[in-house]
Amino acid sequence: MTEHHEPTSFAFDAESNAAIEQIVARYPAGKQASAVIPLLYIVQKQMKRMTDSGWVPRVGMDAVAARLGMAPIRVYEVATFYFMFNTKPIGRFHLQVCGTTPCWLRGSDAVLKACKDAGGLKGYGDTSADGNFTLSEVECLGGCVNAPILAVDDDYYEDLDYDSTVKLIEALKRGERPAPGSVIGRQTSAPVGGPTTLLDVAGE
Amino acid sequence: MALSDKDRIFTNLYGVQHWGLEAARKRGNWDGTKDIILKGRDWIIEEVKNSGLRGRGGAGFPTGMKWSFMPKQASERPHYLVVNSDESEPGTCKDRDILRHDPHTLIEGCLIAGVGMGAHAGYIYVRGEYYNEHLILQAAIDEAYAAGLIGKNACGTGFDFDLYVHRGAGAYICGEETALIESLEGKKGMPRLKPPFPAAVGLYGCPSTVNNVETIAVVPTILRRGAAWFAGFGRPRNSGTKIFCIQGHVNKPCNVEEEMSMPLKELIERHAGGVRGGWDNLLAVIPGGSSTPMLPKSICDDVLMDFDALRDHKTGLGTAGVIVMDKSTDLIKAIARLSKFYKHESCGQCTPCREGMGWVGRMMDRMVEGRAEVAEIDVLEQVTRQIEGHTICALADGGVWPVQGLIRHFRPMMEERIAAYKARSAGAAPVALAAE
Repeated sequence: MTEHHEPTSFAFDAESNAAIEQIVARYPAGKQASAVIPLLYIVQKQMKRMTDSGWVPRVGMDAVAARLGMAPIRVYEVATFYFMFNTKPIGRFHLQVCGTTPCWLRGSDAVLKACKDAGGLKGYGDTSADGNFTLSEVECLGGCVNAPILAVDDDYYEDLDYDSTVKLIEALKRGERPAPGSVIGRQTSAPVGGPTTLLDVAGE
Repeated sequence: MALSDKDRIFTNLYGVQHWGLEAARKRGNWDGTKDIILKGRDWIIEEVKNSGLRGRGGAGFPTGMKWSFMPKQASERPHYLVVNSDESEPGTCKDRDILRHDPHTLIEGCLIAGVGMGAHAGYIYVRGEYYNEHLILQAAIDEAYAAGLIGKNACGTGFDFDLYVHRGAGAYICGEETALIESLEGKKGMPRLKPPFPAAVGLYGCPSTVNNVETIAVVPTILRRGAAWFAGFGRPRNSGTKIFCIQGHVNKPCNVEEEMSMPLKELIERHAGGVRGGWDNLLAVIPGGSSTPMLPKSICDDVLMDFDALRDHKTGLGTAGVIVMDKSTDLIKAIARLSKFYKHESCGQCTPCREGMGWVGRMMDRMVEGRAEVAEIDVLEQVTRQIEGHTICALADGGVWPVQGLIRHFRPMMEERIAAYKARSAGAAPVALAAE
């Protein structure tokens, strides 16, 4: 576990404050603790804007606690229970390899190897020396008919193999952001080569 | 007996058309919703009961009956509809398509379900990883508000209904209904003891019903076309249409909406291009998401895909995530990886699960190598029986069932692995009879 620098203060910026107002309004009066997960996302997003690393520092959790009138420990509990909050800094892109059985059956080992080779990463938990990538293993992403899947931040890249994963990572390095979805041009979750159903549907 | 397109509910399953309201209306969504609502709560529940709809999230509980558990008399405590879109069962990716391609089926279903249970507010809990999907769902909800379909005086019926999207943050356990409620209240996702059941004490201590996305999204079409129409598909007690997620070692993995009770073999061959290398290259199938015990090819040859047929083979329809494994698969490793999943996702509240999932995982890792004694297969089986049924929620049950399925059908494979290891390491010290 490498040491990291925890900032000493955190304040929501204007963009965050506007979002918070909308979020808190979704829950009944007195139940604003419901907004703790959405507000932790707000912290993570704001850190990404400010530092180009999407993570939640301790002072950010404190800011959430203060805003929602919660004891800080209740926010720490939530921030550490849920897997999607990064409690230490991460790279510019978060490479999340799904390694659960459905993706493993379709070749997630090759996706992992491609991430390591092209991203300059030693293994899960590593951040590349250039600060571009952090590599994580995630549990089932819920896109199993398009396995194997690599999530880059919030986007799913699907139907990958070694070569297409390398290509994706090289594109990210060049500052490009390929369109998410199937990399082999499938129509989302339909079978390769075209659907066997829904050939006769009303509408457009 | 395959379903024809005119009888499919999710007509935009693949997102060929736009998800938005205008296109959804052309596909028949939001047609006559007002008339349905004006028929009233009792009619809605009765019709859902008669349709035979059983929950699509894994447990298969009759939906109409579940709704009828909500208090009939209004009190100062509001009622809540909670939609479980925490789709995280490995092998399951059907709700994702509803959220991103057919969100109006879900939104209309929420309104009708709200009427059916006297709920004026609904929360849709979407797993955190479905970020892009949740944006589409929110945009569709915004459209429905703007068109007066939900909100104050929804569809001009005098019924007020608010609908909100709430994103989780990466925890399989939040698919368990009481953990989901805890999470929605802003806490760690740790399941509650039942009773009280959510229908009595749920979200914010108020009467609540938690339903899966697909369960809710099929309701409007059922009510438009009639309970008998839906009940006409599948065998009795296994009614309706269902989205299957066919994946793994098939030529063309896909999601597809089909009639319940279709033979597994027909499902795979008709829609997923068959097993890689042909049907005879099949080794085993996990029929309903990772928690359901696998079936060897001999059973797959003629088993039907429905609740009862799969239960008769000591497995289940679950979420209908069909994971196909051909003869190249290291089955022990495939199951060991699932054990690791359940260990990772255990909330840690109950000791048999917190400690047991780790123990089972370590044991399975040794079984992958064959670094074990044959008698330890029995120890492993016995420990899974000690874990099963001894925890607050079903996560641990789902965690040990795949291991039980492996032992039930492929014990000789495990013994061979052990024998091969022994042959390789002849003369080495014997393995201790414990996981550690």
